[in-house]
Amino acid sequence: MSASVAWADVEVGTELPALTVRLQRVNLVMYAGASGDFNPIHWNQRFAQSVGLPDVIAHGMLTMASAGRVVTDWVGDPGAVVEYGVRFTRPVVVPDDDRGATVEITAVVAEKRDDDLVRVDVTAVFDGATVLGRAQAVVRLA
Amino acid sequence: MALNLDHLGKVYPAGPAYEVGREKIREFAIAIGDMNPAYHDVEHARSLGHRDVIAPPTFAFVVSMRAAAVAMFDPGLGLDYSRVVHGEQRFAYARPVTAGDSLVVVTTIENIRVAAGNDILTTRADISTVDGEPVVTAWSVTVARGTGGESA
Repeated sequence: MSASVAWADVEVGTELPALTVRLQRVNLVMYAGASGDFNPIHWNQRFAQSVGLPDVIAHGMLTMASAGRVVTDWVGDPGAVVEYGVRFTRPVVVPDDDRGATVEITAVVAEKRDDDLVRVDVTAVFDGATVLGRAQAVVRLA
Repeated sequence: MALNLDHLGKVYPAGPAYEVGREKIREFAIAIGDMNPAYHDVEHARSLGHRDVIAPPTFAFVVSMRAAAVAMFDPGLGLDYSRVVHGEQRFAYARPVTAGDSLVVVTTIENIRVAAGNDILTTRADISTVDGEPVVTAWSVTVARGTGGESA
Protein backbone atom coordinates (compact mmCIF):
# COMPACT_ATOMS: atom_id res chain seq x y z
CA MET A 1 0.00 0.00 0.00
CA SER A 2 1.24 3.47 -0.74
CA ALA A 3 -0.98 6.33 0.30
CA SER A 4 -0.10 9.66 -1.28
CA VAL A 5 -0.83 11.58 1.92
CA ALA A 6 1.65 11.57 4.81
CA TRP A 7 0.39 11.03 8.35
CA ALA A 8 2.70 13.80 9.56
CA ASP A 9 1.09 16.29 7.17
CA VAL A 10 -2.47 16.02 8.49
CA GLU A 11 -4.04 17.26 11.69
CA VAL A 12 -7.37 16.68 13.37
CA GLY A 13 -9.64 19.05 11.48
CA THR A 14 -7.85 18.71 8.12
CA GLU A 15 -10.57 18.83 5.46
CA LEU A 16 -10.46 16.51 2.49
CA PRO A 17 -11.34 17.85 -0.99
CA ALA A 18 -15.15 17.79 -1.23
CA LEU A 19 -17.01 15.84 -3.86
CA THR A 20 -20.34 16.30 -5.62
CA VAL A 21 -21.97 13.12 -6.93
CA ARG A 22 -24.95 13.14 -9.25
CA LEU A 23 -27.03 9.98 -9.31
CA GLN A 24 -29.46 9.47 -12.16
CA ARG A 25 -31.67 6.51 -12.98
CA VAL A 26 -29.02 5.12 -15.33
CA ASN A 27 -26.55 5.00 -12.44
CA LEU A 28 -29.01 2.93 -10.40
CA VAL A 29 -29.49 0.55 -13.30
CA MET A 30 -25.72 0.24 -13.75
CA TYR A 31 -25.24 -0.38 -10.03
CA ALA A 32 -28.00 -2.99 -9.99
CA GLY A 33 -26.29 -4.86 -12.81
CA ALA A 34 -22.77 -4.58 -11.44
CA SER A 35 -23.71 -5.49 -7.87
CA GLY A 36 -26.41 -8.05 -8.54
CA ASP A 37 -28.88 -6.18 -6.31
CA PHE A 38 -32.05 -6.08 -8.42
CA ASN A 39 -34.46 -5.02 -5.68
CA PRO A 40 -37.17 -3.18 -7.69
CA ILE A 41 -37.26 -0.24 -5.22
CA HIS A 42 -34.09 0.86 -7.03
CA TRP A 43 -35.47 0.90 -10.59
CA ASN A 44 -39.25 0.49 -10.62
CA GLN A 45 -41.19 3.61 -9.63
CA ARG A 46 -44.51 1.76 -9.57
CA PHE A 47 -43.11 -0.79 -7.13
CA ALA A 48 -41.28 1.79 -5.01
CA GLN A 49 -44.45 3.82 -4.54
CA SER A 50 -46.47 0.70 -3.76
CA VAL A 51 -44.27 0.14 -0.69
CA GLY A 52 -44.62 3.73 0.50
CA LEU A 53 -41.53 5.37 -0.97
CA PRO A 54 -41.85 8.74 -2.73
CA ASP A 55 -40.05 7.37 -5.80
CA VAL A 56 -37.20 5.09 -6.78
CA ILE A 57 -34.33 5.31 -4.26
CA ALA A 58 -30.60 4.72 -4.71
CA HIS A 59 -29.03 1.56 -3.33
CA GLY A 60 -27.61 2.36 0.08
CA MET A 61 -24.43 0.63 -1.04
CA LEU A 62 -24.19 2.97 -4.04
CA THR A 63 -24.43 5.96 -1.71
CA MET A 64 -21.82 4.36 0.54
CA ALA A 65 -19.52 3.71 -2.43
CA SER A 66 -19.96 7.28 -3.70
CA ALA A 67 -19.24 8.75 -0.27
CA GLY A 68 -16.17 6.55 0.13
CA ARG A 69 -14.66 8.09 -2.97
CA VAL A 70 -13.99 11.31 -1.03
CA VAL A 71 -11.52 9.24 1.01
CA THR A 72 -9.98 7.12 -1.75
CA ASP A 73 -9.55 10.11 -4.09
CA TRP A 74 -7.66 11.86 -1.29
CA VAL A 75 -5.42 8.99 -0.30
CA GLY A 76 -4.74 7.83 -3.87
CA ASP A 77 -4.39 4.13 -3.07
CA PRO A 78 -7.79 2.70 -2.08
CA GLY A 79 -5.89 -0.20 -0.54
CA ALA A 80 -4.98 2.18 2.29
CA VAL A 81 -8.55 1.95 3.63
CA VAL A 82 -8.47 -0.27 6.72
CA GLU A 83 -12.07 0.17 7.88
CA TYR A 84 -15.17 1.78 6.43
CA GLY A 85 -18.65 1.86 7.91
CA VAL A 86 -21.91 3.79 7.60
CA ARG A 87 -25.47 3.83 8.85
CA PHE A 88 -28.17 4.39 6.25
CA THR A 89 -30.35 7.06 7.81
CA ARG A 90 -32.32 8.54 4.88
CA PRO A 91 -32.95 7.38 1.34
CA VAL A 92 -31.58 9.23 -1.71
CA VAL A 93 -34.64 9.66 -3.91
CA VAL A 94 -33.80 9.62 -7.62
CA PRO A 95 -36.48 11.16 -9.88
CA ASP A 96 -36.96 10.22 -13.51
CA ASP A 97 -35.61 13.46 -14.96
CA ASP A 98 -32.40 14.79 -16.50
CA ARG A 99 -30.98 16.04 -13.20
CA GLY A 100 -31.32 13.07 -10.88
CA ALA A 101 -30.19 13.43 -7.27
CA THR A 102 -27.19 15.45 -6.15
CA VAL A 103 -25.25 14.27 -3.10
CA GLU A 104 -22.67 16.60 -1.56
CA ILE A 105 -19.86 14.75 0.18
CA THR A 106 -17.40 16.28 2.62
CA ALA A 107 -14.92 14.72 5.00
CA VAL A 108 -12.58 15.72 7.79
CA VAL A 109 -9.76 14.05 9.71
CA ALA A 110 -11.36 13.36 13.09
CA GLU A 111 -8.64 11.43 14.90
CA LYS A 112 -4.95 10.57 14.51
CA ARG A 113 -3.93 7.12 15.74
CA ASP A 114 -0.70 5.18 16.04
CA ASP A 115 0.70 3.20 13.12
CA ASP A 116 0.09 6.02 10.60
CA LEU A 117 -3.68 5.59 10.94
CA VAL A 118 -6.28 8.34 10.83
CA ARG A 119 -10.04 8.25 11.24
CA VAL A 120 -11.92 10.28 8.67
CA ASP A 121 -15.53 11.30 9.28
CA VAL A 122 -17.64 11.59 6.13
CA THR A 123 -20.81 13.63 5.64
CA ALA A 124 -23.18 13.02 2.73
CA VAL A 125 -25.98 15.54 2.20
CA PHE A 126 -28.94 15.11 -0.13
CA ASP A 127 -31.85 17.53 -0.34
CA GLY A 128 -30.62 19.48 2.67
CA ALA A 129 -30.25 16.54 5.05
CA THR A 130 -27.59 13.95 5.83
CA VAL A 131 -28.25 10.50 4.39
CA LEU A 132 -25.50 8.59 6.19
CA GLY A 133 -24.91 8.38 9.91
CA ARG A 134 -21.63 7.68 11.66
CA ALA A 135 -19.87 7.39 8.30
CA GLN A 136 -16.25 6.75 9.21
CA ALA A 137 -13.19 5.41 7.46
CA VAL A 138 -9.89 4.41 9.01
CA VAL A 139 -7.03 4.92 6.59
CA ARG A 140 -3.31 4.10 6.77
CA LEU A 141 -1.34 7.09 5.54
CA ALA A 142 2.24 7.18 4.35
CA MET B 1 -43.23 -12.22 13.26
CA ALA B 2 -40.29 -11.96 15.59
CA LEU B 3 -36.97 -13.44 14.66
CA ASN B 4 -36.04 -16.80 16.08
CA LEU B 5 -33.53 -16.08 18.84
CA ASP B 6 -32.31 -19.67 18.67
CA HIS B 7 -30.44 -18.62 15.54
CA LEU B 8 -28.19 -16.19 17.40
CA GLY B 9 -24.63 -17.33 16.74
CA LYS B 10 -25.63 -19.66 13.92
CA VAL B 11 -22.82 -20.12 11.40
CA TYR B 12 -23.49 -20.70 7.72
CA PRO B 13 -20.49 -22.46 6.15
CA ALA B 14 -18.80 -21.27 2.99
CA GLY B 15 -20.40 -22.08 -0.34
CA PRO B 16 -18.63 -22.14 -3.71
CA ALA B 17 -15.75 -19.69 -4.15
CA TYR B 18 -16.31 -16.22 -5.64
CA GLU B 19 -13.74 -15.72 -8.41
CA VAL B 20 -12.74 -12.05 -8.56
CA GLY B 21 -12.07 -10.96 -12.14
CA ARG B 22 -10.49 -7.80 -13.55
CA GLU B 23 -13.45 -6.98 -15.77
CA LYS B 24 -15.93 -7.41 -12.90
CA ILE B 25 -13.89 -4.98 -10.82
CA ARG B 26 -13.80 -2.49 -13.70
CA GLU B 27 -17.54 -2.87 -14.31
CA PHE B 28 -18.27 -2.27 -10.62
CA ALA B 29 -15.94 0.74 -10.46
CA ILE B 30 -17.59 2.29 -13.52
CA ALA B 31 -21.02 1.66 -11.99
CA ILE B 32 -20.05 3.68 -8.89
CA GLY B 33 -18.51 6.38 -11.09
CA ASP B 34 -14.99 5.76 -9.81
CA MET B 35 -12.12 5.99 -12.30
CA ASN B 36 -9.33 5.54 -9.73
CA PRO B 37 -6.61 3.81 -11.80
CA ALA B 38 -5.99 1.26 -9.02
CA TYR B 39 -9.30 -0.34 -10.13
CA HIS B 40 -8.67 -0.16 -13.86
CA ASP B 41 -4.95 -0.23 -14.70
CA VAL B 42 -2.94 -3.30 -13.75
CA GLU B 43 0.41 -1.53 -14.03
CA HIS B 44 -0.76 1.32 -11.83
CA ALA B 45 -2.09 -1.12 -9.23
CA ARG B 46 1.26 -2.93 -9.23
CA SER B 47 3.10 0.37 -8.81
CA LEU B 48 1.13 0.77 -5.56
CA GLY B 49 2.30 -2.66 -4.42
CA HIS B 50 -0.80 -4.68 -5.31
CA ARG B 51 -0.66 -7.99 -7.16
CA ASP B 52 -3.29 -6.88 -9.71
CA VAL B 53 -6.12 -4.34 -9.94
CA ILE B 54 -7.89 -4.00 -6.62
CA ALA B 55 -11.63 -3.64 -6.00
CA PRO B 56 -13.32 -0.58 -4.49
CA PRO B 57 -13.78 -1.01 -0.73
CA THR B 58 -17.53 -1.62 -0.96
CA PHE B 59 -17.12 -4.36 -3.58
CA ALA B 60 -16.72 -6.74 -0.65
CA PHE B 61 -20.49 -6.46 -0.20
CA VAL B 62 -21.03 -8.05 -3.61
CA VAL B 63 -18.96 -11.00 -2.43
CA SER B 64 -20.74 -11.30 0.91
CA MET B 65 -24.27 -10.67 -0.38
CA ARG B 66 -24.91 -14.12 -1.79
CA ALA B 67 -23.69 -15.76 1.39
CA ALA B 68 -25.74 -13.41 3.56
CA ALA B 69 -28.82 -14.27 1.49
CA VAL B 70 -28.53 -17.85 2.69
CA ALA B 71 -28.92 -16.58 6.24
CA MET B 72 -31.62 -14.02 5.45
CA PHE B 73 -33.70 -16.61 3.59
CA ASP B 74 -33.16 -19.28 6.26
CA PRO B 75 -36.80 -20.27 6.88
CA GLY B 76 -35.99 -21.05 10.52
CA LEU B 77 -34.83 -17.49 11.13
CA GLY B 78 -38.19 -15.94 10.25
CA LEU B 79 -37.03 -12.71 8.61
CA ASP B 80 -39.77 -10.99 6.60
CA TYR B 81 -37.72 -10.15 3.52
CA SER B 82 -40.50 -8.05 1.97
CA ARG B 83 -40.03 -5.47 4.75
CA VAL B 84 -36.25 -5.41 4.82
CA VAL B 85 -34.07 -2.32 4.59
CA HIS B 86 -30.30 -2.06 4.89
CA GLY B 87 -29.64 -0.30 8.19
CA GLU B 88 -25.88 -0.29 8.51
CA GLN B 89 -22.79 -1.63 6.79
CA ARG B 90 -19.22 -1.88 7.99
CA PHE B 91 -16.02 -3.41 6.62
CA ALA B 92 -12.62 -4.17 8.17
CA TYR B 93 -9.91 -5.00 5.65
CA ALA B 94 -6.83 -7.16 6.10
CA ARG B 95 -6.02 -6.20 2.51
CA PRO B 96 -8.01 -5.06 -0.53
CA VAL B 97 -9.96 -7.57 -2.60
CA THR B 98 -7.72 -8.15 -5.64
CA ALA B 99 -8.33 -9.54 -9.13
CA GLY B 100 -7.46 -13.21 -9.17
CA ASP B 101 -8.72 -13.84 -5.63
CA SER B 102 -10.83 -16.94 -5.00
CA LEU B 103 -12.91 -15.91 -2.01
CA VAL B 104 -15.11 -17.87 0.35
CA VAL B 105 -17.51 -16.42 2.90
CA VAL B 106 -18.52 -17.78 6.29
CA THR B 107 -21.61 -15.98 7.60
CA THR B 108 -22.48 -15.74 11.28
CA ILE B 109 -25.64 -14.34 12.85
CA GLU B 110 -23.97 -12.03 15.32
CA ASN B 111 -26.96 -10.27 16.84
CA ILE B 112 -30.74 -10.38 16.85
CA ARG B 113 -32.78 -7.73 18.57
CA VAL B 114 -36.06 -5.86 18.46
CA ALA B 115 -36.21 -2.08 18.66
CA ALA B 116 -39.22 0.18 18.12
CA GLY B 117 -41.14 -2.79 16.76
CA ASN B 118 -38.52 -3.62 14.14
CA ASP B 119 -36.58 -6.86 13.86
CA ILE B 120 -32.88 -6.03 13.64
CA LEU B 121 -30.42 -8.63 12.41
CA THR B 122 -26.63 -8.28 12.39
CA THR B 123 -24.68 -10.69 10.22
CA ARG B 124 -20.90 -10.96 10.03
CA ALA B 125 -19.30 -12.22 6.83
CA ASP B 126 -15.74 -13.45 7.20
CA ILE B 127 -14.26 -13.32 3.71
CA SER B 128 -11.02 -15.20 3.10
CA THR B 129 -9.19 -16.80 0.21
CA VAL B 130 -9.76 -20.49 -0.42
CA ASP B 131 -6.28 -20.95 1.07
CA GLY B 132 -7.44 -19.44 4.36
CA GLU B 133 -5.91 -15.94 4.12
CA PRO B 134 -8.27 -13.44 5.78
CA VAL B 135 -9.20 -10.58 3.42
CA VAL B 136 -12.15 -8.63 4.78
CA THR B 137 -14.83 -8.87 7.44
CA ALA B 138 -18.20 -7.32 6.59
CA TRP B 139 -20.95 -6.55 9.12
CA SER B 140 -24.45 -5.92 7.80
CA VAL B 141 -27.38 -4.69 9.86
CA THR B 142 -30.71 -5.59 8.30
CA VAL B 143 -33.95 -4.08 9.59
CA ALA B 144 -37.35 -5.63 8.96
CA ARG B 145 -39.76 -2.79 9.56
CA GLY B 146 -42.70 -3.27 11.89
CA THR B 147 -42.32 -7.02 12.34
CA GLY B 148 -40.82 -7.24 15.81
CA GLY B 149 -42.65 -8.70 18.78
CA GLU B 150 -43.51 -6.84 21.95
CA SER B 151 -40.40 -7.80 23.90
CA ALA B 152 -36.75 -7.67 22.90
